[in-house]
Amino acid sequence: MLTSVETLTLHEAAGMMERGNLSSEELVRALVETIHSRDPRIDAYVGVDEDDALGQARAADEARKNGARGKLLGVPLAVKDVINVKGRPCTCASRILQGYVSPYDATVIARLRAAGAVFLGRTNMDEFAMGSTTENSALKITRNPVDTDRVPGGSSGGSAAAVADGEALAALGSDTGGSIRQPAAFCGCVGLKPSYGRVSRYGLTAFASSLDQIGPLTKDVRDAAIILSTIAGRDPMDSTSLDEPVPEYEQGLSGDLSGIKLGIPREYMVSGLDAEIERAVRGAAEACRNQGAEIMEVGLPHTEYAIATYYIIATAEASANLARFDGVRYGFRAPGAHDPIEMYGRTRAAGFGPEVKRRIILGTYVLSSGYYDAYYLSAQKVRTLIRRDFEEVFKECDALLAPCTPTPAYPIGDKVKDPLRMYLGDIFTVTANLAGICAMSVPCGATAAGQPIGLQILGPAFGEETVLRVGHAYYDCGRNPR
Amino acid sequence: MQEFETVIGLETHVQLKTRSKMFCACSTANGAEPNTRVCPVCLGYPGAMPVMNEEAVRLTVLTGLMLGSRISAYSRFDRKSYFYPDMPKNYQISQYDKPLCEGGAVDFDVGGEIRRIGIRRIHLEEDVAKNTHFKACSGVDFNRAGVPLMEIVTEPGLTSPEEAFEYLLALKRILLYAGVSDCNLEEGNIRCDVNCSVRPRGQSALGTKSEIKNLNTFKGVLNALRYELARQIEVLRSGGEIRQETRRWDVDTGVTSSMRTKEDEHDYRYFPEPDLMPVVLDAGLVEEWRCSLPEAPRKRRLRMVEQYGLPDYDAGVLAADREVADFFEKTAAMTANAKAVSNWIMTEMLRLLGETGRPVAALPLRPQDLAALIELVETGQVNAGTAKEIFAILFEKGGDPATIVKERGLVQVSDEQAIEDFVDRAMAGNPGSVQDYRKGKKAAAKFLVGQVMRLSSGKADPRVVNRILKEKLASE
Repeated sequence: MLTSVETLTLHEAAGMMERGNLSSEELVRALVETIHSRDPRIDAYVGVDEDDALGQARAADEARKNGARGKLLGVPLAVKDVINVKGRPCTCASRILQGYVSPYDATVIARLRAAGAVFLGRTNMDEFAMGSTTENSALKITRNPVDTDRVPGGSSGGSAAAVADGEALAALGSDTGGSIRQPAAFCGCVGLKPSYGRVSRYGLTAFASSLDQIGPLTKDVRDAAIILSTIAGRDPMDSTSLDEPVPEYEQGLSGDLSGIKLGIPREYMVSGLDAEIERAVRGAAEACRNQGAEIMEVGLPHTEYAIATYYIIATAEASANLARFDGVRYGFRAPGAHDPIEMYGRTRAAGFGPEVKRRIILGTYVLSSGYYDAYYLSAQKVRTLIRRDFEEVFKECDALLAPCTPTPAYPIGDKVKDPLRMYLGDIFTVTANLAGICAMSVPCGATAAGQPIGLQILGPAFGEETVLRVGHAYYDCGRNPR
Repeated sequence: MQEFETVIGLETHVQLKTRSKMFCACSTANGAEPNTRVCPVCLGYPGAMPVMNEEAVRLTVLTGLMLGSRISAYSRFDRKSYFYPDMPKNYQISQYDKPLCEGGAVDFDVGGEIRRIGIRRIHLEEDVAKNTHFKACSGVDFNRAGVPLMEIVTEPGLTSPEEAFEYLLALKRILLYAGVSDCNLEEGNIRCDVNCSVRPRGQSALGTKSEIKNLNTFKGVLNALRYELARQIEVLRSGGEIRQETRRWDVDTGVTSSMRTKEDEHDYRYFPEPDLMPVVLDAGLVEEWRCSLPEAPRKRRLRMVEQYGLPDYDAGVLAADREVADFFEKTAAMTANAKAVSNWIMTEMLRLLGETGRPVAALPLRPQDLAALIELVETGQVNAGTAKEIFAILFEKGGDPATIVKERGLVQVSDEQAIEDFVDRAMAGNPGSVQDYRKGKKAAAKFLVGQVMRLSSGKADPRVVNRILKEKLASE
């Protein structure tokens, strides 16, 4: 029987089900109860599909009786409400998708479904994944479970909060400039952004197509490895997914770091970085050294241009990606218009929140005739330089250790009126998206005030095995010393 | 008109012959119920992503090869943004600065003179949906959305509406030859945007142009250009200025009218489509496609005149359709009389094809059978009338002409004794006509020949009938 579902990891639950000590139905019931009792405090979920989830759980239990097996069989997951699940709403935390019910499964959902996973509910986020606090949701604000006066981070704030608070074993998020890693750091869980092209984006409502990736938020690194092995791999429906072999990532979790070279980018340990976070990251590096890793300082000279580059490319792509929300085919349509163009104007004016509008306008501007070369084209060139920085560094070392965020979670409302300050908080995370490499945030202690701190581990493109191995040795093994 | 000269450039959108749409698996077939050939991709649903149709790329490259274009080893797709209800994503996936093909030319004839127009580029894009009226409301039918379109852009080098018209006919023949499009104008397979301007003769700078959008017939292009150029000249003559603008052509009234001026032009905000990888074409593959190409229709016409001694008119008719030309050449290879083959095809075969709407490839009629039929006529074994009957049978069911002749007893009667019997019976049965003839009404002989042919069931050799009948009429 279940005594503490809040602290249960995915692989522990899978083990109990495998041994017959727990059924998927019991697990789902326990989680639903937890959500009912705990979620009113943090508002992580925008929808819990209780009956449907119980149906899937019973089907998984039945399949197990008939001999089916698998790490994800009967495992309930929460899904960020930006990923299409057939027959369910996909609000993207926006008014403009009011009433939309998805007619199809995203590829990640289809793969998890085939592995027997159960879809428990949909989690809150910043509208269209634009934001770093989950305050930009048109539906509600999600609170940080560690301190409910603070933001959970974003945009996958609902997923991070749900996992950290024990309301989900694990969740899916999406990361365009840090949207998985930053909330994982703020809430104290594990968040992995896979390399660009590692996981199919088909069915992920696009924010910035050349930067977006789906990834797991989990309680430990092993769980992230298990989920990644299932969702990764070439998808014919996503031309940008790459045909690279998908390892059994869990098998690479050796628990030891001998022979591993870890770099610390000096550009990430700068003034403006919270002193407690710097101390925590250096402490984590020391712990890795004690586990056999070699630590070295490295340089990523173009880091200072990353924020500007990111906000040009991301908004440019977003301005086109979000053009489809026009009230013609689905979702919200504003009444009272006399012609289609007026209908678009009214629908989009009432349907989008201020941050989304800000980014659409920015993106439209940087793509405009006469400005394209100065902004978009220049940004693409700098993006290449940033990618080369990483390519150079990964010739010397296997992975990088860095802070995930310059500060711990801040109070709700703190940055709402100052978007630029919020953008600057993405300084350590946007580089991985621009370079297309993989990166993961794992908890590395807390500030004196009790705020979780995230250690970011960055690896080369398709170097997830290394990143997971380092994260596992540092975090999982450090958490449960043998 | 003499003091002005005309400059015309055409952008021709051609629907490619693919089974599925440009970026999804939906069918391109026409005639389905509205919004039944749709999926999350071509409806622009959240999260849906395009996947490139490789066949559409191949057909576009084939067209480029037919027109002598440079095939880009690296090309890519771009997003072209503008808001309109027929645009599912409010951007169209098109190609901006890296099209699949650049350069090339089309040769065509105008009034007996050879002309050549340069091709600037050929690119690939997706079609939009169709705004339509349903029973109770206006709406959008997305069946067309995402259908592959190839856009062929000429240089601004055509100098008259007639040239534009002939260019389009030549282009259509080439597209049909290459098998890249059905070129069905009724179904909107080919649509043109026309850019045109006038300038005083001798002036080197181009005049201000106007663009006429979305012309869906070649006649429409011709008439719209005639009207628009005359209008521009009229404006200039009366001291006015041409505004750069987009105009629409009204078929019913026969006039163009302004849609929007340059100030209202969209800023399309092109940028590379991040959901698709660049198109990288392997040189070996392009070479393979090049080798699969047919001879160009115009070249073929000239060769057929040369090789078979056909009149240019015949060669033009035959070469206009690749399958017909293939059929001709296969048949001509089996007989010495190429002109006879041409005659059979141009009269009987094209007529029957037109009546039945059948494609040449599906006919039971084989080249060797037509060659055999021609042989039967030439050796006097069947007469022309019977040959037509046999041709109709071959067209319908196929078979060996000699066997058909035997089975149906159609062999020509040249036996003099038999024909003499028929003539005697005809004369005995129509004494009035015999008398008329002998009184000098020579036309009566025609009637008597007809009677003989009727008695012989059409099998008597008409030359022998004529000779014997005239001998007998003269002898008494």
